[in-house]
Amino acid sequence: MKKIIALATALLLLCTGCSTKTAPSSSQGAQKQKIGVIQLLEHPSLDEVRAAILEELKVQGYDESKVEIQYQSAQNDGTLANSINQKFVGDQVDVIIAIGTSVAQSAAASTGEIPIVFAAVTDPEQAGLLTCLDQPEGNITGTSDAIPVEKIFALADELTPGIQRYGFLYNPGEDNSVVTVEAAKAYLDGKGIDYVEATATNVGEVTQAAQSLTGKEIDAIFVPIDNTVAGAMPNVAQIAIEAELPCYVAADSLVNDGGLATVGVNYTQLGKQTGQMVAKVLAGTPISEIPVEILRENQVVVNPETARALGIDVSQYTEN
Amino acid sequence: MTAVAFLGALDLGLIYSLVALGLLVSYRVLNIADMTSDGSFTLGAAVCGILTAGGHPLLGILAGSVAGMLAGVVTGLLQTKLRVQPILAGIITMVGLYSVNLMVMGGRSNITLLRTETLYTLSEGALPLEAGRLLLLCAIAFVVCLGLYSFFQTRLGLCIRATGDNREMVCASGVNPEGAVLVGLALANGLIALSGALLAQYQQFCEITIGTGMVVLGLASLIIGEVLVGGEGLASRLLGAVAGSVLYRILMAAALAADIPAYNLKLVSALLVAAAISIPALREQAAVYQLRKAGGRHADRSESV
Repeated sequence: MKKIIALATALLLLCTGCSTKTAPSSSQGAQKQKIGVIQLLEHPSLDEVRAAILEELKVQGYDESKVEIQYQSAQNDGTLANSINQKFVGDQVDVIIAIGTSVAQSAAASTGEIPIVFAAVTDPEQAGLLTCLDQPEGNITGTSDAIPVEKIFALADELTPGIQRYGFLYNPGEDNSVVTVEAAKAYLDGKGIDYVEATATNVGEVTQAAQSLTGKEIDAIFVPIDNTVAGAMPNVAQIAIEAELPCYVAADSLVNDGGLATVGVNYTQLGKQTGQMVAKVLAGTPISEIPVEILRENQVVVNPETARALGIDVSQYTEN
Repeated sequence: MTAVAFLGALDLGLIYSLVALGLLVSYRVLNIADMTSDGSFTLGAAVCGILTAGGHPLLGILAGSVAGMLAGVVTGLLQTKLRVQPILAGIITMVGLYSVNLMVMGGRSNITLLRTETLYTLSEGALPLEAGRLLLLCAIAFVVCLGLYSFFQTRLGLCIRATGDNREMVCASGVNPEGAVLVGLALANGLIALSGALLAQYQQFCEITIGTGMVVLGLASLIIGEVLVGGEGLASRLLGAVAGSVLYRILMAAALAADIPAYNLKLVSALLVAAAISIPALREQAAVYQLRKAGGRHADRSESV
């Protein structure tokens, strides 16, 4: 008896919409194009990218009347990311927008035909998404938020000259952070500046890691675009201020949460560029003609309150 | 839900069923609360990822499983030789494995396997990729179940089962339960690592967070299966583990197919799982209700006589 019920449940679930959708049925004449948006996790920077992409699509003429947008968050769960991408492939969306490295990889594994536009992937080549950034050879293209570390350190030299030792705070389990920290270390080695690091594998460990850094005789803290540290940035900022250490970060949202300054990736700009690429895909441009874009327009963003607390003059960078 | 989503759910369900089977060995057969799963899953995936990226997909799968077995042995040694509490021993190994996994992956947290030869591309023959993959995974799950069933009929297997049921009795019979614990944990974590290896090749990348939540996932699948398939025998339990895992993924895919806001997804899937598991309890209550109603009618009839 219970086996019959189990079977019936399974069949019921099958019947709730199991269909091989060949073409979207539409009562109107024009068929809406479908977009599947998958985001790695809820996070200020990534949310900012998504909002900017959707805004830019509207600006380009792709509003609710022309496109149907499905948004799913993988909630940092790899098992969910695979299921979400399979759903998009099954629904035969016209383009998949993947915000975050691992969800982009999962999307690439799920389909070789449906165009994928990634956003906020620090190193697309390292992630295996494509080998030729200028002429994407497959179905994947997108925007990269590679961080100009040399500009950040130059800014640090300008605002707080004489830093002899940096303290890196990041999660070694995040590829975007590892890539940025490696670039930073290479740059600092070239300049003969010393560095130490403290790592945290989840949000709960960040506070302790930051505190341990303050005891290591550093002159400044550096935080890359790290999702884990971002979750506890207000704490980190507090600890930095109390230890009288400037905290240089790599993203705008981290400055908003209390970091001192960055020459950052403006995620709204990144989202806008991504939106433009998606619009090109929807209009029918082949992926090979849409090269990967690395955000080159970096702007200096400072936090005047943090600056005041540390006694640093940032007047030339604060707006009016 | 679409056919692609359904087939995908079947694929993932079969891959994760190995986690459920591994946890069946440790939680049910050995009666040990083993928390190593999160770490051993990732270890299997990491070892397999490195070898597959280097061009050895089959060796990767094998090496991944063996690595998982070693992780199980470490947990076992902590429990038996150092007398660490089982749960803590598992947690210690899991925590330590995080660093080991990063080391295995060469300091990176993400290895890509896109455009490399994997078990699935190798098995691509006359059948299209999706069908071939599903058949391969079905075959793997079947072989593992068969292997486990046969193993637990052997002398060593019976020792392990006895250790899980009544350790004092096993000692009194002159058998060393410590060996059984080591073998059992090695087997369990080897299966979990095999699952990790298969997943890494399936999704074509391996990330350090790939194993997070495996204990929860495995236990949920195990219990869903036990409730729905029922039966006390080993065969029913093995079947239940696989069925539970597949059903869990189908439920997740169904939750996704319903157009609900993104942040509600986990709540909806939790409710679906709760509904699926509570079917026996609801059935029992329905039966009791029917009995009462019948009893009431009977009483009315006898009164009116």
